[in-house]
Formats: sequence, structure tokens, C-alpha cells
Amino acid sequence: MSEPSADAPQDDMITRSTTDAEILLSCQNVTKEFSVAGSKITAVDDVSLEFPESSVLAVVGESGSGKSTLARMLLRLMPVTSGTITYRGQDVTHLRGGDLREYWTDVQAVFQDPFSSFNQFFTVGSLLRRGLALAKVPKDEADALIEECLGYVDLRPKEVLHKFPHQMSGGQRQRVMVARALMMRPKVLLADEATSMLDATLRVNVLNVLHDLKNDLGLTVLFITHDIGQACYLADRVAVMERGKVVERGTTEEVIFSPQGDYTRRLLSDVPDLRGSLKP
Amino acid sequence: MSTVNTSMAEETAAPRANTLRSFNFSGRFWIALVLVAFVILLGLAGLVYPTTAGEKVGSLYDAPGNGLLLGTDNFGHDVVAVLMAGTRTSLIIGLVAGTVATTIGVGVGLLAGYVGGWFEELLMGVTNVVLAIPSIVVLILISMSLPESTIWSLAIVIGITSWPWTARAVRAQASSVATREHIDVARLSGARLPGILLKDVLPYILSYAVMAFVLQVAGAILAEAALSMLGLGPSGANSLGTQLHWALAFQAVASGAWWAFLPPTIILTLVSFGFLLLQASLDEVFNPRLRRGKRKQMKQAAARRVEEARLLAQQAASEPAAGPPEPSDRARAGEKA
Repeated sequence: MSEPSADAPQDDMITRSTTDAEILLSCQNVTKEFSVAGSKITAVDDVSLEFPESSVLAVVGESGSGKSTLARMLLRLMPVTSGTITYRGQDVTHLRGGDLREYWTDVQAVFQDPFSSFNQFFTVGSLLRRGLALAKVPKDEADALIEECLGYVDLRPKEVLHKFPHQMSGGQRQRVMVARALMMRPKVLLADEATSMLDATLRVNVLNVLHDLKNDLGLTVLFITHDIGQACYLADRVAVMERGKVVERGTTEEVIFSPQGDYTRRLLSDVPDLRGSLKP
Repeated sequence: MSTVNTSMAEETAAPRANTLRSFNFSGRFWIALVLVAFVILLGLAGLVYPTTAGEKVGSLYDAPGNGLLLGTDNFGHDVVAVLMAGTRTSLIIGLVAGTVATTIGVGVGLLAGYVGGWFEELLMGVTNVVLAIPSIVVLILISMSLPESTIWSLAIVIGITSWPWTARAVRAQASSVATREHIDVARLSGARLPGILLKDVLPYILSYAVMAFVLQVAGAILAEAALSMLGLGPSGANSLGTQLHWALAFQAVASGAWWAFLPPTIILTLVSFGFLLLQASLDEVFNPRLRRGKRKQMKQAAARRVEEARLLAQQAASEPAAGPPEPSDRARAGEKA
């Protein structure tokens, strides 16, 4: 990338405060370009972020701001165009095969759509047992692990293991997905719009599950959402993305309650007001 | 089945409606099934028919009659017995060749569609080259170069020349499935390539593969008939194609012995028509948009929904105490907010 902005990449990003906790996962100058019908679209543009251990970082932005692309790159499900991803000080940008699977034992994800995340032809039981490939537990402890992980999300094996995805409600499905991710005993959990397709009560339910996981297991959660309210409810730190760039980052307190970036202010002013009037 | 937004209150899904009705088999399907079943039964009937195909029961082209339903062929064999044996052979060749072609085609298509990139270009390049070579020429060359032509070698030769279009069709489907989220989930669960292809991609294109298989069987039966008619058929075995070959060689048409060439022609027409119709009606089963008589079905479905809604309303009325779903979670949210 020989753009002039590469010399001063952080120019337009407002960094409110940094953290002194240990950085678990980070990305440096990560860029993703797609070529669509001959023209280039930059979905993620020179993003650098750090995820401190045992905290919740929310990435907020409107649709198309590159949040999900960033998540997929951090998960190594999609190659980066340029930049590096570092996990525990190790460059993981170009891992392959066994090393990549090893990475996935530490970094797991829950996706947006609780229906399309499932293979509709298999039961929850076979979905979870598939995860045993990475979980590295002896065979006789497999059932105990499945029970434990379902327990974290308040589900009992007897109730769900034999069920097909279409036989469960959206909330149950999403909780099964969280349980699946937990089977590898990950250190980082990416939740990519994991609550967007759930209705309000279920959403709080899943948010609480994520919150408890952070507290109980010391999980680092990367929570990607377009909903500032949810970010505020859950996150310790917030990064705001606009058109592929991080425009403002800092603690939740700083970014949401005293925003400095224009875009952050605009985003905040679009949050529906409980007192009900449409803003002028 | 949009269950995406069902509420937590509905923890257990309603039992599925009658499976047979949900398949919506059309009249075409049943006609196709009867045709195919008839041909299969004809093939199997040869196993219990009193005379065998190799038994001499008359002289050259005896006309039907005298206890022989379709007379005799040029060797003096009973045409009915030969027809039954030939049908059986043709069906076996069709099934084996169809299996071989579908396996190769689905395998190549799955790999190309899922893996993508240069690998896809390579596989599809090979596929297009094979597609461009007229397969009948390759078939003739390979069958001539084989030391001995059996029904199995013939079936395999037909199979390995007819897979390319299946591969192309499957590739398109597989590359669409490959972008779905459940594939990411499977990868994150540590699934490897073969597991993903077999468990996460193949089931989603299985309806397509089944239809391709049916078409391949029909195509293989016709290809066998064409080869056998040219004299490249299985040696020492009867098939519908060899029957036509001998009828041609011994001037059945010129001598007016219609019973020697019409029956195999009719069976060939029936079997390929039956399979094509089966394929088309399976398409309707798998793709609801193509269903015929849809208006009637929609009316029935609407009536069913009204009935279900009425039952639900009755249930709700009988349990007035059912509060909002998961009250404990609400309380919990209240605490934290």
C-alpha cells in the first residue's frame, strides 16, 4: 500500500486512552480489498486494534463499515490483503493446516445468524461432537465436556443433543453456538452480531451469558455490533468503525458518554431515545 | 419453515406435518415411477421366465404366435426372453455407468467449487476439455482398444466419459454453499476438508446430485444402445442395443420382422422417457417454485394454517396464566441495567 496515508496511518483515529493490561490478540495495519467487477473496494482500511486479556472490546459501526470482514480476518477465515495479526506475540497472519487449527483452539467465534450457522442435516449432538477434534479431551471425558459447556449457557444435554436446528428456538440455537465455541476452552471469543437476530429478552440472555463467561472463565470477548446500547451494556472498551477505518477508540465511558469524533456523535444521536420523540 | 423468530415460549417445535404430503409428489412423478418400475420388472421377470435367452426355440424370424408372444429373432431365440435379458443388462449398465459418472462428477465439482482459486480453474479447465471432446468418439476408441468387452467394462467406459457436465453443475452449487456460515462454523470446529465436503457441502446439493444421477442413468442406457448397435457392445451378453444390432445385421427391417426391432426400441424409449420424466418431477419435489397445481396446494396449506392457528388460540385460552417468556431473564436484565 503506497498511499500517502500509510506514512501517518493513525492520523484520523482518536485514541482516548490506552490500556496497560496484557495484549492477547492484536492486528496491525490490517487492510482487506475486494475486487468487484474490476473495481477495488476497501472493506477494511489500515485497522490497528488491541484486545487486552479478560476484557470485552466492542467494535461498533453501521452496516458495511467492515466490522464482520475484520472479524473474519481475525478468525483467519479470510486472508488479509496486507497487515499482520498477532496472537500472544506470535504472528498468526499466515498460519495453515495444523497450526491454524491450533490457533482455533484459542480463538473461537459465534456468528450472526443462528439459523445459517447450523448444518441443518445434523443434530446438536453431532455438531458438538465434531468440536471434540479440537477440544483435545480423552474420549471418556467428552460427554462431561459437552455437558459442562452446555451448562455455561444454561442448557441440559438431554434437552438439546438429539434436536435438529429447526426444532429449537433462535435463542436456544445461539446458546448452542456459544457452547460449541466454548468446547475448545478458548481464550478469545468473537461474537459477530451474535445478538442481532434475537428478540429483546433473548438478546439480554445471550449478553448476560457473554458477560458471565468473561467473569467466570476470564474470556476475552470481541463483541461486534451495530447497536451502541448493547456495546454499552457489555463492553469495557469500544472502537468505532466507519467505512473500514477505526475512527475512535477508548473505554466505554469515554467513547459513548463523551464522544469526540464527529461520526461517533452522529452514531450516538441515531440511538432511539426512550422518551420517544424524534430528534429534530 | 421460518422458525427463526419463534419465541422461547415455543421451546419444542410442533411435530412435522405428514412427510408424504410435504413432499408433494405430482402426477408426473407417479407416471414416471410406473414407467421405470415397469421396465425394472420386465428386466427382473427374465429371472423367472421359463425359456432363457440362449435357448433355441424356433428358426429365423418366426412370427409371433404358437405360444411365442413376440416370435423369434435371427438365432431362433425367444424375443421375449432376449428382451428381458437385454433390459436387465441395459439397466445394470445404466446404473453402474450412472454411479461412476455421478461419483466422478460430484467429486470434481465439490472440490472445485469448495476449494476455489487456481485449483478450481485447473479442474474446470480439465472438465471443459473433456466436455469439448465428442464422447461418442472416445467411447468408440476405448471400446475398440479393450481386449474384451464385458458389460462392466462398457459401463465404466461410459461412466468415465459422461461426468463433465455433472461436475460443472455441481461446482456452481458447491461454490454457493461454500460461502455459507455453517462452513465457517465447521472449520472453527476443526473439521478437515473431506469432512466438510461430505457433511457440510454434499448434503446441501444432494437433491441436485440425485437428479443428475437419474439423468446419467438414462444417458448411459442410450449410450450403451448406440455403442452396441454399432457392434461394440458386450460380447456374449444380450442388451437392448445388441438386439438392435442383430436385427439390423439380419435385415429384420427389410424382411418386415417388426417383432425383432420394435420391442427393444419401445423399451429404450420408455426407459429413457421414464427417467427423464422422473428427473423433471423430482425437480418439482425439490424446488417448490416449479410445482404444478400450486394454487390448490396453497389453498390447502392456508386451510391447514387456519386450523393450526385456531388450535393455538384454544390452547392459549386454556392457559391464561402463561406469562411472558423467561421472566427470570428479564429480572436478571433489570438487575444489571
